[in-house]
Amino acid sequence: MAYLALSGIEKRYGAFAAVDGVSLAVEEGEFVCFLGPSGCGKTSLLRVIAGLDRQSAGRVEIAGRDCSTAPPEARDYGIVFQSYALFPNLTVARNVGYGIATQERARVKQRVAEMLALVGLPQSGDKYPGQLSGGQQQRVALARALAPSPKLLLLDEPLSALDAKVRLTLRRQIREVHDRLGLTTIMVTHDQEEALTMADRIVVMNQGRVEQSGRPHEIYARPASLFIADFVGSMNIFRGTATGDGRVRLGGVELACGGGFGPGAAVTVCWRPEDVVIGAQAAGSANPVQARIVGVEFLGPYHRAMLRARGFDAPFAADLSAHLVRDLGLASGQELQVGLPAASLHVFPEPLT
Amino acid sequence: MIRSRGRIGPALLLGAWCLFLLLFVACPLAALLVKAFENREGDWVGPANFAAFLASESLVDAALHSLFVAALTTAITLLLAFPFAYGLTRTAMPGKALFKALAQIPLLAPSLLPALSLVYLFGNKGLLRGAMMGHSLYGPIGIVIASVFAAFPQAVLILVTALSVADARLHESARAMGAGPLRRFLTVTLPGAQYGVVSAAFVVFIGVISDFGVPIVLGGHYPVLATEVFEQVVGLQDFGMGAVVGMALLLPVSLAILAEKWSAARQKALLSARATVLRPTRDAAADSAAFLFCAVVVLLLLGIVAMGGFVSVITFWPYNLHLTWRNFAFARFDSAGWDSFANSLALAGWTALCGTALTFVGAYLTEKPSGFDRLKSWLRLLAMVPMGVPGMVLGLCYIFFFNHPANPLSGLYGTLAILVLSSCVHFYSVGHLTASTALKQLDRDFEAVSASLRVPLWRTFWRITVPLCLPAILDIALYLFVNAMTTVSAVVFLYTPETKPASVAILNMEESGTVAAAAAMCMVIFCSSAVVRGLHMAVERILLRLTQRWRSVPR
Repeated sequence: MAYLALSGIEKRYGAFAAVDGVSLAVEEGEFVCFLGPSGCGKTSLLRVIAGLDRQSAGRVEIAGRDCSTAPPEARDYGIVFQSYALFPNLTVARNVGYGIATQERARVKQRVAEMLALVGLPQSGDKYPGQLSGGQQQRVALARALAPSPKLLLLDEPLSALDAKVRLTLRRQIREVHDRLGLTTIMVTHDQEEALTMADRIVVMNQGRVEQSGRPHEIYARPASLFIADFVGSMNIFRGTATGDGRVRLGGVELACGGGFGPGAAVTVCWRPEDVVIGAQAAGSANPVQARIVGVEFLGPYHRAMLRARGFDAPFAADLSAHLVRDLGLASGQELQVGLPAASLHVFPEPLT
Repeated sequence: MIRSRGRIGPALLLGAWCLFLLLFVACPLAALLVKAFENREGDWVGPANFAAFLASESLVDAALHSLFVAALTTAITLLLAFPFAYGLTRTAMPGKALFKALAQIPLLAPSLLPALSLVYLFGNKGLLRGAMMGHSLYGPIGIVIASVFAAFPQAVLILVTALSVADARLHESARAMGAGPLRRFLTVTLPGAQYGVVSAAFVVFIGVISDFGVPIVLGGHYPVLATEVFEQVVGLQDFGMGAVVGMALLLPVSLAILAEKWSAARQKALLSARATVLRPTRDAAADSAAFLFCAVVVLLLLGIVAMGGFVSVITFWPYNLHLTWRNFAFARFDSAGWDSFANSLALAGWTALCGTALTFVGAYLTEKPSGFDRLKSWLRLLAMVPMGVPGMVLGLCYIFFFNHPANPLSGLYGTLAILVLSSCVHFYSVGHLTASTALKQLDRDFEAVSASLRVPLWRTFWRITVPLCLPAILDIALYLFVNAMTTVSAVVFLYTPETKPASVAILNMEESGTVAAAAAMCMVIFCSSAVVRGLHMAVERILLRLTQRWRSVPR
């Protein structure tokens, strides 16, 4: 039995559909990320779940109860916004205690202390939000959302306003709190790395629809559409024509890649820079290619080389580990053999726009 | 199903607010429109009144006079206010804060004060009557001078705002490209402030054309629309024609207000752009020129106020110059005596209280709780309508609507309540704008967070929204108080002998020839407004100290 069940959700503004028929079930204890570019409808969907906006059509069920028309305060969830939305005129402790139903002071105080300890800010109760850093404020917002013990936690781009370093620690902290309290969490984000590292399941959205829903590894390794292939991670993208028997012609070369496209079908072929192999592996690969390095970018743990290969109408990227570059003395202008393993080539029917 | 208690309250309040706007803004205006098509007996006569208006030379003249006086005042006010505001924002002259504060002085007095002062300065027995070189003060000359005094503060405020948003980078680039000071002024400064100038021009124009106090004292045989409305209704008892003249006044003001909104929106677009703040650098020549100019202007303003204060303590100008308090024994000059001042205090106090609550709650209802979007956009528009209705026209609308025997609310007529209501409506739009600006600056997710925490809306309203908006709330209250204290226009149609406010008493005393007592009452109003302004400043300062821990906190 799903903890949260959405069926046929639509949210229209005039002729524009922000959410266009989304059905989704979230299991109890699951951490789900809605991932997509801005304007894809992920925040609209979250606001429908929260009851902050009313859906134009469809049904929202929370914990087995039909909440489709229930106001926000009848839905039992906690929410954290990108802007923190902390009340600036109340101390941190009063912010956290704002939604605690009991009037008993001692119990409120105890609960506030618990919550502040949970987010690692046990000493900050007497401060005002303005005296805290962005990351600390977002932890207070999390504590405030969780203080009334909701079962469902909604996070609307909670990390987008923070510095890169703070973001990394908060990712881990939010996930820990989720696991410890056994929450069901839905997080909206446009940051694929955030979604890949935090979520049990990613729901990729585009133009108001769900493009793919799956575990992070699935989304990354087997993107269901060209949109996802392009949006999640880096991809080399080439246009080609299928020639039958699982082969595709790209400009002057033919690559083995599997897939059942009939001869003559226009397709798009993609592969990730880190899936390009070199050296001994390249020779044994199904698609060995002779290429010349036309540029190398240093990216810290690895190098990204731009390769111009015979028969390709444009250069493509290949990620090479730092020690490989060092050991082989790879540099711009050098010729080398690389391989494109058939299993790492993704072929989609859509032509590239 | 839990249809929560938190939604019904706002919906009911929204309904009540909607009813208020309909009853006290929309219906009275409709009554004016109907009246314009009726004759003295109340029969429908079609456009006959409009035809009579256009056929009447004196009424058409009044319309032309109004436009001429307003246009001339606008030009002169801008010529004075622009360099003044420029000095305050773009030079490093000393005494800027003091100049800025003193420039606001005219706001504390009714527009009758400069009119009376001018009578003593340039009138037939005036101190400086030689300066008139034989021309009469009564007529366009006097009206324009007094109107410039009254309109100056608002023009300065708008221009200061427009000129303080300057992107230093633009000036630096212009300089780097070798543009001299004149070229920088023409290509950077002026375009940056142009919408502010247009905005200020329309605000001054509206203020002058709507004003009743100055032309009633200084008009002489030079009728303008505002005095003509009064003449038709109170003098000739011709309500139909009064309504037509009122509409003739309404038309240019509504057009001007639309133009003002348009240019203010453009200026704001410049304002919100991310810019590096321009810090004026020292420049001995420019700074002393600006200082000199501002000092002269401020001395002129103070001189006019001082003249009013001076004549109010003189026994009998210009024959007996002994100092006396006799002019303040108002019972000797006006049947209401000091009661009219008490009425004004009550009027201003209630207007500040009710008007602040109305504007703030109204603005809150349109900004925060969700739902009823179409209704809200209509209400927002309706809340802006009073801005385009001159006080004289509003007073007229209120007579027509509330004095109608069939109106169940006609019991309001003749009470202090209708004076309070008319003042609340008269000054509604500015209060509404101030409140909604303050509310828009709050995080829009506060209400969502409260709902998710299952805290009722009213509790968040009291614990979060009101405390955060307190400075704006105080500003609205002060604005309403001072304006209700100084206004003559709408109330001149609505008072009774028991509810007569001080500003009307000034008019009565001036008409009956006891001008020194009228000036004395002006000074009483001026001083009480100043005291309230001072109180407001003190409260604001205390508030700032109490809340500075969370308002401006160092990281």
